[in-house]
Amino acid sequence: MAEVTKLIHKYLRHEKKFPHVWCPGCGNGIVLGALIRAIDRTGFTKDEIVLVSGIGCSGRLSVYVDFNTLHTTHGRALTFATGVKLANPKLQVIVVMGDGDATAIGGNHFIHAARRNLNLTAIIINNNIYGMTGGQYSPTTPYGAISATSLYGNLEHAFSIAELAVTAGAAWVGRSTVYHATHLDQLMEQAIVKRGFAVVEVISHCHTLYGRKNKLGGPVEMMEWQKQVAVKIEKARTMTPEELEGKITIGVLTDRDLPIYTQELRRVREAARVALGEKSSQ
Amino acid sequence: MINSQIMSHPVLLQGNEAMVEGALAAGCRFFAGYPITPATEISEAMSIKLPALGGTFIQMEDEIASMGAIIGASLAGVKSMTATSGPGFSLMQENLGFAVIAEVPCVIVNVMRGGPSTGLPTHVSQGDVQQARWGTHGDHPIIVLSVSDTWECFALTVKAFNLSEEFRTPVIILSDEVVAHTREKIILPNPEELEIVDRLKPTMPPEWYIPYEDTPRGVPPMGIFGDGYRYHVTGLIHDVRGFPTERPDEIVPFMERLFRKINQHFAEIQMVEEYLTADAEVLVAAYGAVARSAKRAVDDARSRGVKAGLFKLITLWPFPRRVLEPHLRQVRAVLVPELNKGQIAREVKRINQGATRVETLSRIDGRLITPDEILARLLKL
Repeated sequence: MAEVTKLIHKYLRHEKKFPHVWCPGCGNGIVLGALIRAIDRTGFTKDEIVLVSGIGCSGRLSVYVDFNTLHTTHGRALTFATGVKLANPKLQVIVVMGDGDATAIGGNHFIHAARRNLNLTAIIINNNIYGMTGGQYSPTTPYGAISATSLYGNLEHAFSIAELAVTAGAAWVGRSTVYHATHLDQLMEQAIVKRGFAVVEVISHCHTLYGRKNKLGGPVEMMEWQKQVAVKIEKARTMTPEELEGKITIGVLTDRDLPIYTQELRRVREAARVALGEKSSQ
Repeated sequence: MINSQIMSHPVLLQGNEAMVEGALAAGCRFFAGYPITPATEISEAMSIKLPALGGTFIQMEDEIASMGAIIGASLAGVKSMTATSGPGFSLMQENLGFAVIAEVPCVIVNVMRGGPSTGLPTHVSQGDVQQARWGTHGDHPIIVLSVSDTWECFALTVKAFNLSEEFRTPVIILSDEVVAHTREKIILPNPEELEIVDRLKPTMPPEWYIPYEDTPRGVPPMGIFGDGYRYHVTGLIHDVRGFPTERPDEIVPFMERLFRKINQHFAEIQMVEEYLTADAEVLVAAYGAVARSAKRAVDDARSRGVKAGLFKLITLWPFPRRVLEPHLRQVRAVLVPELNKGQIAREVKRINQGATRVETLSRIDGRLITPDEILARLLKL
């Protein structure tokens, strides 16, 4: 069997849930592929993985894979994941969200999860639009862009998700695109293995809605664009702000060792035992 | 053992603290919450006691997150709870619906204060009774218990966990500012004296496990994340395997089972306490802190020759209709005193069907209804 066929049989609920809901040419399938390849390389068993997703096109990703899967409410995936991880820290919890999911309705949960530093992996598929509801502008829709709710041009300014995660205190932040599939595999593997809150922002495309409304072409043209604007972080550090205008840096933005919440919690438990033990012996 | 030391002697506790003791005794080992008056003492006591028992307390960024976290923890096999008041309870409604549809056991405490909106943060109310029934969107069953004193804060919190585990459903406990902050002496039972119910888990080989399969009780065994029973949990209407479905022949059996698992166990779920009702000619139907005023009023009325009785509601939803109905055919009148404009009175009137006279006594100024106010009405019924 070809390697890909083996992975399909091992990880996908291929007899039950296919064909999937995504449009032909969607980047979500590439993200799913990268995620499966990364998990396979980390060696975690399927029973150890909990895949949590929110609502939107990306939210459907969890139903296709043979892990413990949890398809939550819009924007709240990280809150459910927090409960799962704290209840059983041995589980490897991976959260998949979209740009609207993670940074609009779930924006508060996102920054607090980053600050809290549980050992979670957050994958955010950024396609600059609300896809499932028909192409309304999201927090990552560029200024001036056309969407179903900004027909005269978007008045709002976009979040840069990876930089937001760095600022909010995430232990590890990486960014890649669905064009750079092999690079994406590597980033996802690093993010899963990383001890601490790890964020992977995946630049994807929604040719069906965002691409069509803004005359950016089909999936091929939009992935060509990803190739053109992507700059490896190492190279970007040698470039001037003017040269970086309109570019997207890819690679590992930050990698720092921070205290892990569940480890800290052990210290709190011990302190509580001592404190209450002393009280009851008085 | 810290637990048994706490359990073995009389204690002076406020309602909020007694709830914490009840939760810990029931096996709660995960609490997520957000500070809010008048529920904060529950969070505070949990943050002190849970870690010593190897449990987890976490203060989340809001009540939406708190509700999400307790669902996640329960799916990973840990009994979990949150506590809040009106504004926070409003924020929890969406994820509460998730717990209903995905059948995730958990306990939600709402210490009621005056509303709407920020309302009367430090004053008592019973304004969230209908919200507890219908707060989350969509047709759904729910179990809501009401506490009226410190002992019940302990005992009914244990019961709430038991019901949530047994029926795989969120259970809401409605407390109120007066019950929450009244200090009373109670004798906590030893752990072995308590009946503790744990959710049914699958025992068949994982490949045979059908996570949402119908059973005679209507409650399928619950796979725990990490135990080898990999399945899909979703807020979408799902088939017996947990996968989203839009097929009418799968939607209807699912929804029917969701209701049936509660409805066919009314006898177990619907709890009331009757006081001097056997020969009562006038009845007070009350719950929460008001039920205590009502009990005193019933005694006072009896001493003046009026045959009064108290029908105290412990389970508010599903409303204990079958227990109340016989009384409605026997008494001259029913008085429903409550700290709202008649949210339970509305339910009593609905099932009364002209059997007797139903009168309301509302107080909405953030103060408790006094025994004298109830007595005055009882003497006129």
